[in-house]
Amino acid sequence: MSTAYKTVTDIAGPLLMVDGVEGVTYDELCEVELVSGRKILGKVLESREGVAVVQLFESAQGAATEGTKVRFLARAFQIGVSEDILGRVFSGSGRPIDGGPDIVPEKRLDINGVPINPFTREYPDDFIQTGISTIDVLNTLVRGQKLPIFSGAGLPHNQLAAMIARQARVLNREEVESGKAAEGNEGAKESGEKFAVVFAAMGVTFEEAQYFQQEFERTGALARAVLFVNTADNPVVERIATPRLALTTAEYLAFEKGYHVTVILTDMTNYCEALREVSAARKEVPGRRGYPGYLYTDLATIYERAGRIRGKEGSITQIPILTMPEDDVTHPIPDLTGYITEGQIRLDRGLHQKGIFPPVIPMGSLSRLKGKAQGEGKTRADHSGLDAQLTAAYARGSEVRELAVILGESSLNEVDKTYLKFADRFEKEFITQGEQENRSIFLSLAIGWDLLTELPKEELKRVKPQHIEQYLKKQS
Amino acid sequence: MSTHPTIVKVAGPLVVAKGMKDAKMYEVVRVSKENLIGEVVELHGDRASIQVYEETSGIGPGEPIKCTGETLSVELAPGLLMSFYDGIQRPLELIEQEAKSPYITRGINVPGLDRTRRWEFKAVAKPGDTMEEGDILGTVQETTLIEHKIMVPPGVRGTVKTIVSGSFVIEDIIAVLDTPQGKKEITMLQRWPIRIPRPCKKKLIPTEPLVTGTRILDTLFPVARGGAGAIPGPFGAGKTVTQQSLAKFCDAKVIVYIGCGERGNEMTDVLKEFPELEDPNSGEPLMKRTVLIANTSNMPVAAREASVYTGITIAEYYRDMGYDVALMADSTSRWAEAMREMSGRLEEMPGEEGYPAYLGSRTAGFYERAGSVQCLGDDQRKGSLTVIGAVSPPGGDFSEPVTQNTLRVTKVFWALDAKLAYKRHFPSINWLQSYSLYADNLGSYYSKEIASDFSQNRNRAMGILQEESKLEEIVRLVGTDALSPKEQLTLETAKMIREDFLFQNAFDRVDAYTSLRKQYRILRAILTFMDAAKPVIEQEDFEFSKLQQMPVKEEISKAHFIAEKEVEEKFDALEEKIRKQAATLRIQKMGTMRSSDDREFSSVSA
Repeated sequence: MSTAYKTVTDIAGPLLMVDGVEGVTYDELCEVELVSGRKILGKVLESREGVAVVQLFESAQGAATEGTKVRFLARAFQIGVSEDILGRVFSGSGRPIDGGPDIVPEKRLDINGVPINPFTREYPDDFIQTGISTIDVLNTLVRGQKLPIFSGAGLPHNQLAAMIARQARVLNREEVESGKAAEGNEGAKESGEKFAVVFAAMGVTFEEAQYFQQEFERTGALARAVLFVNTADNPVVERIATPRLALTTAEYLAFEKGYHVTVILTDMTNYCEALREVSAARKEVPGRRGYPGYLYTDLATIYERAGRIRGKEGSITQIPILTMPEDDVTHPIPDLTGYITEGQIRLDRGLHQKGIFPPVIPMGSLSRLKGKAQGEGKTRADHSGLDAQLTAAYARGSEVRELAVILGESSLNEVDKTYLKFADRFEKEFITQGEQENRSIFLSLAIGWDLLTELPKEELKRVKPQHIEQYLKKQS
Repeated sequence: MSTHPTIVKVAGPLVVAKGMKDAKMYEVVRVSKENLIGEVVELHGDRASIQVYEETSGIGPGEPIKCTGETLSVELAPGLLMSFYDGIQRPLELIEQEAKSPYITRGINVPGLDRTRRWEFKAVAKPGDTMEEGDILGTVQETTLIEHKIMVPPGVRGTVKTIVSGSFVIEDIIAVLDTPQGKKEITMLQRWPIRIPRPCKKKLIPTEPLVTGTRILDTLFPVARGGAGAIPGPFGAGKTVTQQSLAKFCDAKVIVYIGCGERGNEMTDVLKEFPELEDPNSGEPLMKRTVLIANTSNMPVAAREASVYTGITIAEYYRDMGYDVALMADSTSRWAEAMREMSGRLEEMPGEEGYPAYLGSRTAGFYERAGSVQCLGDDQRKGSLTVIGAVSPPGGDFSEPVTQNTLRVTKVFWALDAKLAYKRHFPSINWLQSYSLYADNLGSYYSKEIASDFSQNRNRAMGILQEESKLEEIVRLVGTDALSPKEQLTLETAKMIREDFLFQNAFDRVDAYTSLRKQYRILRAILTFMDAAKPVIEQEDFEFSKLQQMPVKEEISKAHFIAEKEVEEKFDALEEKIRKQAATLRIQKMGTMRSSDDREFSSVSA
């Protein structure tokens, strides 16, 4: 049994200083027992000769310098995992909160993970059909990708994330070859692959957390889901551990048990704020907007835990959600996220206010991995050209629309008018779809080609002539 | 006895140790029982601050430190090419074998170069030859593309006592020199500390362009061989795609590509793609001329700081052999952030935005290692090292410290623009903001090698694009109708320059690389169109849309697909066609005029 130190000297916010310690290592987990008998977990942020700085994962309320006992556990924060973990709900620090028994662990894993050697990675290039046109055609999601949703307060990012989790599947070869995809999730069931969803909620409201849980229950996905829930009223610093617990679980399922795991992390903004809180309590030199200078590195240790590994069956696809303060994409959180993740799906308030769902705006949304997941053998040969053409045309159409506001529609030339009409139809027919509507990629492509009939043929510079010949319906 | 160096404090990648009286600045040390690699960055009495290149979780006070007496160095010898290293020159492939796992575990100690592989060494020098530093002792065919030159290390001179050709491993002695200091045995393997630039005889003014095959770069904003350039841009604007297509197609002999704090999957992509892609100049796989260094964003932060130095030292080594070397660093912002992070942990006084006060001098020091040089050695050989650094400014704001410090020392600025990327205009380099200070230096090269009016056309195209941005403001206020035909023609030409010349698809086989001569011809064709159209639109009552509907315009827009072999004849034909079609518009115009005159005349007479 390790020694219990009663030598707490300082308590400040989530930090605790313990004096006279020996043999304490950096990042070591410790258990703090308050006078009341309540036990909370903490980890060592700094270990000096004789002094340890401990960060608590729960509120320090009720802690006193006198009488508090600290026990160092000689290991980093670990989570016990086994396949039984599927279908369970845990707190943000990994305790079961669904009334079920504790997990009998097959093994215990350090939640910090270890960086994947880039040499052993497999480049992700499997097309995932989400059933959402704006994602499938324009911002193709790829198995093993990390693709965040950049949203704002009050936008329907949860619905979108739930939709992706529910509908995402990979086309089989016959579907690709025939150019016809089975409806709904039929195709997925036949593939024989194992799927799982790992969901981590950080500082979201009770209702938001419930929304996901109920969605999973309703669609029967709960049996193959693992939930880690830290709601807004749970301890702030616990949030620092939550995504790591989730990703460690995901890595276990994906790379040891062969599951294709979709990880949803919401809301990364709350996570970053928790990080700022700890940094401020440590009196560190702040970087931009008070966030610590190591925010980029810290976020990278979360986001980079996605992908595929050579010779392993499973994969981790990450969908982090973050709400941009004031819808500002230059805010440090979306900014640094965008530099690490492989693109982003951006939700737009303007579209949302027009009643368009899902309000995914092509300008500013991007999937960096789409190149290798589009085209022949993956979707269809015309895919990437059509993607570029639709995006470019919609961008031009939006510009024309702005111009029309100033000058009046009558002052537009003929070509510009066609772009304006294109943009309107694009929003109504291509972007807009029902929350339960699961479009096959081929349907989405067909809608895209139909919209291109609005434009003069000379304007179609991004699609190949033979594809125009093949897919563009003749204008009457 | 407390002289044994021991750890007294651990906080993230920073470790403080006592009993370090004998340690030197930047000395490499081994930290704890796990043997983690670290480097001394600060000394206070017998205490030393050490930045550790591996994860320090589980390390605590009281654990031992071992001093190695060496500074952080790279190993230089045949075998560098086709390698894939982490930030401190550990081959990632060996790390996998050693770790027996797909993850990078700690305390792995693997050599940068293979000690067992045999190379065919051909001696060039003979016994009795007097050699000075940098002179070539012999050569090794490292890959089919590159002949590796074994040079006398800097600081050594003397007479060759023995030298042998044959098959050797890199640690074998291939020559013995009689030097004033005594006998000096020379192996193929040499070391060089990464933070010290390798010496050269003298630096030269760069006068030749580094041809990249990317039209906007080569024609509008060229970088010289031995120059330094920066690509700043917000995320999603195409920094990485631009860097990668430079690495693929630029006509340097050796490429060093540093993925510094970037995405793991991106490096995997490079690794997978480079062995498959062909070098457009030789037809061999690109990998044969490439050294890759990857320190992805989740790998330890201190090694990220070292990775750019590791890369540039290797690049300088090939430059010293007399090669044109290009180094791409993606992204230098991550390097600067790593410096900031370490500086914060050392509790240094911060400068702007928390960056250390020495950010500017370190940045300048790095980019100054670029250059066109006369190498050490007696044979007057020249080499060059071109450095292209990507910068990731927060929020795309170019006023931030890293971008500003970089711009102070680089002469080429390729400003990436998110708005262009949104419109899927690639490469999304903003033609109004970007600049190249080499354009004048290189002028004589272009007029001699490509065409006498190359620079003239370039300036004209730039002028048209400038004019366009002014006119667009007017259009935004009052609409296109208010413009004169001449102004409308400028807009039309600018549109063609943008869409048919500057727009380039990096993923299309033909379009990805355009030779200088073809670049010149495409631009000339567009300008020919403008010149031919001028007299047409000056006719009274000319309907501008007729010009826009000229069939030849579609041919111009496809001109970048013309094969390199057929450039001259096809473009000659195209220009001829442009002139002819423009001329028909004139005749038609005159024809319609005459007939309407007739009608008027007849109505009057009636």
